Amino acid sequence: MIFVDYFIFPGIVFTMIVAFIVSWIDRKVTALLQWRVGPPLLQPVYDFLKLMKKETLIPKGGSVTVFLLSPVISFSALVLVSLILVKTNLNGMGFVGDLFVVIYLLLLPSFAVIMGGASSANPLASLGASREMKMVLSYELPFIMSVCTILIKTGGLIDIAGIIQYQQNNGVLIGSLSGFLAFFVTLLCFQSKMAQIPFDIPEAEQEIMGGTMIEYSGPPLGFFVASRWILMALLPYLAVILFMGGIGSYIGILKYILLVVVVILIKNTNPRLRINQTLRLFWGPVTLLAALSVVLAMMGL
Amino acid sequence: MSRILTRSIWVYHFAAAPCNNCDIEILDALTPKYDAERFGIKLVGSIRHADCMLLTGVVNSKDLPRLMSIYQQAPKPFFVIAVGTCALDLGIFRGSYNVVGPPDKHIPIDAYVPGCPPKPEALLSAVVKLIEKVRNDTSKPGKKKVKGIKKL
Repeated sequence: MIFVDYFIFPGIVFTMIVAFIVSWIDRKVTALLQWRVGPPLLQPVYDFLKLMKKETLIPKGGSVTVFLLSPVISFSALVLVSLILVKTNLNGMGFVGDLFVVIYLLLLPSFAVIMGGASSANPLASLGASREMKMVLSYELPFIMSVCTILIKTGGLIDIAGIIQYQQNNGVLIGSLSGFLAFFVTLLCFQSKMAQIPFDIPEAEQEIMGGTMIEYSGPPLGFFVASRWILMALLPYLAVILFMGGIGSYIGILKYILLVVVVILIKNTNPRLRINQTLRLFWGPVTLLAALSVVLAMMGL
Repeated sequence: MSRILTRSIWVYHFAAAPCNNCDIEILDALTPKYDAERFGIKLVGSIRHADCMLLTGVVNSKDLPRLMSIYQQAPKPFFVIAVGTCALDLGIFRGSYNVVGPPDKHIPIDAYVPGCPPKPEALLSAVVKLIEKVRNDTSKPGKKKVKGIKKL
């Protein structure tokens, strides 16, 4: 059963299919916004399979083990998160404290990107790794504070199944004022966790040529690209679970796709910020908003 | 193998001292009007992500070491398209003191696009011809392993 869980249904195969679909939605919506036709439905599959069949090159002077291991760490951590979230949402299976496990596992891809970039022996990759580090420092604080809002609102529930159950009984968290503020903060944090455009500073294709990914080729690049897509599929799902009561019916799927499209629209209508602007934004106004939502939650709003 | 490669071509752009006219036409071919993403064509910033290199301009003695180093770092299977008259037969720069000959003397080139500058349609047709060439290529069946880890 564990084999089926991890590899087939909520595990690798299912996660990859959802990630392919979300990536296609991303590219198609972007194309429609630019009055183009856009790629076919199977385009992400072609990209992934092609990368799997290319040659693997390792930079001279780089650390081979860390360089090859970090994409795998990123990918497997995300598959584990998907396993926990889908299992908890569909079957109500979970354990006390799985919210914290998910938060910690979601940090691993960022660390993998930092390790991979730093082991590439490339100045642009090191620059990307250092920027990614600053990004993690800037968005984690408001994100944890908005999770605190959820914990206060639900009266100290730290398991995801409990949070979904609470929202089924008492109405979704986004309906309250503090919940809405926390949702807004979380959306901004997730946008930077996904490294989407207002905050795609670590990769910044136009200035540092893909940043941390610059030295990757073939299957390791494929795993990094796939983890980007999975992140793009998972984080809106986590937001739906935490603030909108999870996916229980067709309306839940509609909510999820709507949130994905909102993320894509934010990505397509904003210019990239600099790293100092990002740090100022997250530690200034966004943290204040998160603190406000915590205070409002304490007051019961 | 080759079928999947032809459906997702990531392009790297190497400008070897061009007059930038060909480069502007390459960017034209990637704009929404022609929408090369329909066919999976995407411009990437690093040679290690690329499947195909667009080479513009005249290769001179300063460019040549860079071109060779870039070409060696390309993950195989890999294809090169020479764009513009300069990259084909040096154009008006033939016989110039710093020019080291047409690029196909130094690296293998799979498709040539003549023109000064070539139109975006010509570029796309070159890509189509390259795709046909790769698909009909029976000399390299998929059984031959190009796998392996190379340190570069």
